[in-house]
Amino acid sequence: MNKARRNPANTLAMHGALILYTCIALFPVFVILINSFKTRKAIFREPLALPDADSFSMIGYQTVMKQGDFFLYFQNSMIVTVASLFFVLMFGAMAAFALSEYRFRGNTLMGLYLALGIMIPIRIGTVAILELMVASGLVNTLWALILVYTAQGLPLAVFILSEFMRQVSDDLKNAGRIDGLSEYTIFFRLVLPLVRPAMATVAVFNMIPIWNDLWFPLILAPAEETKTLTLGSQVFIGQFVTDWNAVLSALSMAILPVMVLYVIFSRQLIRGITSGAVK
Amino acid sequence: MGASRIKWHVVVFLAPAVLVYTAIMIFPLFNTLRLALYSEADQVRAFVGLENFRRLFGDPNWSGAFWNALGNNFWFFFIHMLVQNPIGIALAAILSHPRLRFAAFYRSAIFIPTILSFVIVGFAWKLILSPIWGIAPDMLDAIGLKSLFAPWLGKEEYALTTLALISVWQFVGIPMMLIYAALLSIPEEILEAAEVEGLTGMAAFWKIKLPLILPSIGIISILTFVGNFNAFDLIYAAQGALAGPNFATDILGTFMYRTFFGFQLQLGDPHMGSAIATAMFAIILLGVCVYLFAIQTRIRRYQF
Repeated sequence: MNKARRNPANTLAMHGALILYTCIALFPVFVILINSFKTRKAIFREPLALPDADSFSMIGYQTVMKQGDFFLYFQNSMIVTVASLFFVLMFGAMAAFALSEYRFRGNTLMGLYLALGIMIPIRIGTVAILELMVASGLVNTLWALILVYTAQGLPLAVFILSEFMRQVSDDLKNAGRIDGLSEYTIFFRLVLPLVRPAMATVAVFNMIPIWNDLWFPLILAPAEETKTLTLGSQVFIGQFVTDWNAVLSALSMAILPVMVLYVIFSRQLIRGITSGAVK
Repeated sequence: MGASRIKWHVVVFLAPAVLVYTAIMIFPLFNTLRLALYSEADQVRAFVGLENFRRLFGDPNWSGAFWNALGNNFWFFFIHMLVQNPIGIALAAILSHPRLRFAAFYRSAIFIPTILSFVIVGFAWKLILSPIWGIAPDMLDAIGLKSLFAPWLGKEEYALTTLALISVWQFVGIPMMLIYAALLSIPEEILEAAEVEGLTGMAAFWKIKLPLILPSIGIISILTFVGNFNAFDLIYAAQGALAGPNFATDILGTFMYRTFFGFQLQLGDPHMGSAIATAMFAIILLGVCVYLFAIQTRIRRYQF
């Protein structure tokens, strides 16, 4: 090994650079979180100080709980995200199986057709999507969002899952066929359990953009009872813009669920990205 | 199995995905392109051909806002390419160093902003940069640079660049991760061969690693391009639908939203909104084609 790789000054410089950037990345989150637990006076007098016995206050959280319906928003976000992920995985896996397992006329064409949506953002079609949802009476229902996110997630899901399904051994499937299993049983009982890691990757990739989206909730489901957490906090903060305690608490409460998801799934997410699933 | 017989299970497997995708994505996409050719007068929809585009590009009521949004969008993209990619590459290069301790911790921490919603990011930075709260001026004061402070988000000349940098701050994790993965996939033999030839450290990075990760940089560029040209959320969360100050931060996404839904006294116009969406579609398609034909065929693929 050469010296450059072991040079302590080099190692120090590398850690220095990484620590500096980690601070830049975490600083805003840190500032929001600590100040959400402080009195209004303390927020302005010493914004960078940790809350102590003197400056500690939950007044912001109390305002948020009283004024905003954050539990409802959270529940809506949860329903939309989980249902969309379910349909993306279910329909995506079925289509991926059809494309990777069977030879039929138009197979390649169908694959290309489904792959189109990987690069073209679904937002371009918003005007017509809204018209469609109005015509079908789905505006201001969670179904509008679930359908849109399912359509948005399918192209990449089909692409990734069919790559993985090609690797499932043919012998296994043929053994199943000889035993008289139907194609459906082969798919659900034999193939799906084997591609579970790939399904987890697809789920994690889709989860965060769905949870964080502001555009479609704003356009398709802005009613009070269908607001997602992202839209709900946006509207809440807009109304309480001068109440710094409430704004900081609302931001902290919006950060919390994503952070919990991230802590649970970060390993999966990072493995998914670094294993080249998005090539 | 006879060729003429329809394999019903294939149809059953494909149908749900194809139906949802076609109905919610492909059909509305083409319908939006079609709506751009219509106009509405007295609640009657009438075919007007390319009239909407003529207005969008040439009518003084529209073209000023359109070219402003388009120019801003290119500047937004330019800042991303200029700042996001070098930082991402540098971080990835450091992280991929063998025997670096705590690499997993740094990686996870630096990725955190990417998972936050635009609403959180927009407001958090708005508060931090706010002259009322004073975090930013106080911090500059601490290093003796207070004179540099300005209400960046409120000044026409700085607001767009500031927002672009906030967006870079948020998304730098993605290029970092992708390039990190590309660097890790370079086989050790190549690096050892370079070492034998006397190439180490920075020289090895510039001459060996960088050319090998060019395909990843290409992918990141096109992802950034597509993402930037349908961006909306950050600007809306931080500056509102009017993309203030004085439309200085207006990009195609916010312009389309205002046109489609209307704002203040102007009524929403779905047909002009569709025309703007069509323009965005054309720009994104052009970008993707440039990537596919020009860049991807030029960059040599290395097979390990």
